Amino acid sequence: MNDRSGQLMAAIESRTTPDAGTRLELYRRMQACRMLEQRAYDLFMQNLIKGTSHLALGQEAVAAGFGVAMRDDDYSFCTYRGHNHTLVRGASMTGILGELMGRECGLLRGKGGSMHLMDVEKGAMGSYAIVGAHLPIAAGAAWSAQYRESGQVAVCFFGDGTTNIGAFHEALNLAAIWSLPVVYVCENNLYMEYTPIGEVTAVANPGADRAPAYGLESVLVDGNDVDIVYAVATAALDKARRGDGPSLIEAQTYRHGGHSRADPGKYRPAEEVAAWKERDPIPMYRQRLLDAGIDAAALDAIDAEQAARVDKAEETARNSGPPPLEIAATDVWADGSSTWRN
Amino acid sequence: MAQLSYREAVAAGIAQEMRRDDTVVFIGEDVAAAGGVFKTTEGLQAEFGKVRVRDTPIAEQAILGATMGAAMTGLRPIAEIMFSDFFAVCWDIVANQIAKTRFMSDGQCSFPLVIRSANGGGARFGAQHSQSVENWAMAVPGLKVIAPSSPADVKGLLAAAVRDPDPVLFFEQKSLYSSKGEVPDGEHVEPLGKAKVLRQGSDVTIVALAAMVPRAMQAAETLQDEHSISAEVIDVRSLVPLDTTTIFASVSKTARLVTVEENPRLCGWGAEVSSLVAEELFWDLEGPIVRVTTPHVPLPSADTLEDAVLPSADKVVASVLKLAD
Repeated sequence: MNDRSGQLMAAIESRTTPDAGTRLELYRRMQACRMLEQRAYDLFMQNLIKGTSHLALGQEAVAAGFGVAMRDDDYSFCTYRGHNHTLVRGASMTGILGELMGRECGLLRGKGGSMHLMDVEKGAMGSYAIVGAHLPIAAGAAWSAQYRESGQVAVCFFGDGTTNIGAFHEALNLAAIWSLPVVYVCENNLYMEYTPIGEVTAVANPGADRAPAYGLESVLVDGNDVDIVYAVATAALDKARRGDGPSLIEAQTYRHGGHSRADPGKYRPAEEVAAWKERDPIPMYRQRLLDAGIDAAALDAIDAEQAARVDKAEETARNSGPPPLEIAATDVWADGSSTWRN
Repeated sequence: MAQLSYREAVAAGIAQEMRRDDTVVFIGEDVAAAGGVFKTTEGLQAEFGKVRVRDTPIAEQAILGATMGAAMTGLRPIAEIMFSDFFAVCWDIVANQIAKTRFMSDGQCSFPLVIRSANGGGARFGAQHSQSVENWAMAVPGLKVIAPSSPADVKGLLAAAVRDPDPVLFFEQKSLYSSKGEVPDGEHVEPLGKAKVLRQGSDVTIVALAAMVPRAMQAAETLQDEHSISAEVIDVRSLVPLDTTTIFASVSKTARLVTVEENPRLCGWGAEVSSLVAEELFWDLEGPIVRVTTPHVPLPSADTLEDAVLPSADKVVASVLKLAD
């Protein structure tokens, strides 16, 4: 049975302007993400961050819109491109930067790395680096919330490329038949790694066009407009909390850089990149807030506060030592050990 | 003591834990209304209801992903993978997600979950429904691996697996489902990680697992009756954690070791046991360690062919006699 109610798209149409405090918070979280990832990029260039990393510069509105709309005890699951989704849940910036740098102050003391950020206390239930894996896991957290009648919702962020892997379809079907309180958020940045998503997908809109196959409403939104993301997030979270089941939201957005550290993203037409940079969610929102009469000084203050936060995080992480070597042999098991024999 | 079949012991173990702890839930394909394709879970939905005992689609990644997500958020889920061969379609969730996330998260969360599966040959199901894959699981850090050989152990070890704070893969040997045995009355829990000496002996130690245990016992009887060789038989029961203490104590006494494995030859669990004994007990040995395994082939379907490749009591006897020469 398809959901033809159109309730989520209607919620966007009928949205009211969030109060000034909420709007400033949306702006603040986007800026925090942007500044953190720009700093992460600089630290790569200095080889202080090793291995690989996947930045979401340009995609901040999706994480921020959901981050502000979610309840503190909701669960979030994200991908290897997950710095922003972890940060917006309230994870420490020092912990994130420290983890990227492999320092003791890292969220996971260097045992996870850039692709596996996690802060369970904040409901950030992990960043998953095998495409699609976390969609059924998020369904499981939602099943648990439903069983415990806790009113929690699981939000699961993933990319357009994920819509072509089996786990996506298995998870959507399970969420639908069990009416689970989970919100699936497809961030369509137009490229699965290096290949245009349109070249490898049977439908034009990889998330929205698949929704009816699972009895869900097709929801396609501008993922660079944080007000819209916030509105649809609020509506989907409310729907899940009411017991009305899962949602699948496709948010169109664009990453300013390549897929990963190793990728300069040369396969993308220069005009396309330029056009999307014109629609950079942060300057766009700043202008909207100014137009709405919000004082520039208030926005400048947020910029300065977040810049200082990133500076402080970097300084703390630089001064943090490497993790103790013993931890390479801990926490395989719940008793803290890695013992496999007596 | 009640007589239960290996099959009935599965439901008995799950029911014991579901009565005790309402965070225990159970899902799988055809497990609820139908009671399982091997009828191992009959009556559970009737007793515990449709919310706690739930049928799933044929979607192993969804089953195990949901199991993981539930385990990290307050439940103690049990999942069934109908045939252990099907682990191949959801191995990412097992090996990359369930097994690694506690470690990667620096211990932020635990995964108290059990995945049960019908494992092994002897039922003439052919190569894609008969494999012994416990050694796949054993090779992945972060998974506990259990394979019981008797109804009492099915119930007791399954109960312990549910109570354990770590992920446990619980391999039921499908050709044992109709076997019967005494199961203690009342609450029954057997600790994980303990091998069991089933028969005392002084000349050779035979270490076996699951369906190979009754064959090893039969071989020990033949060795005693026909060749006056006294074999000690150990049921490993738990591959991870591995009870090297019990195995080493026996080998120190008998000075000879034969492992009996159903898995194909390469990298079977017996290779690990052999390597440990060779490294740590070499000077106690009086002969080479011998591994009896299925040859390194997929399992054939026809009864004559399947019987020809699986380790039998006769093959165990022959291996021991060769060692005694």
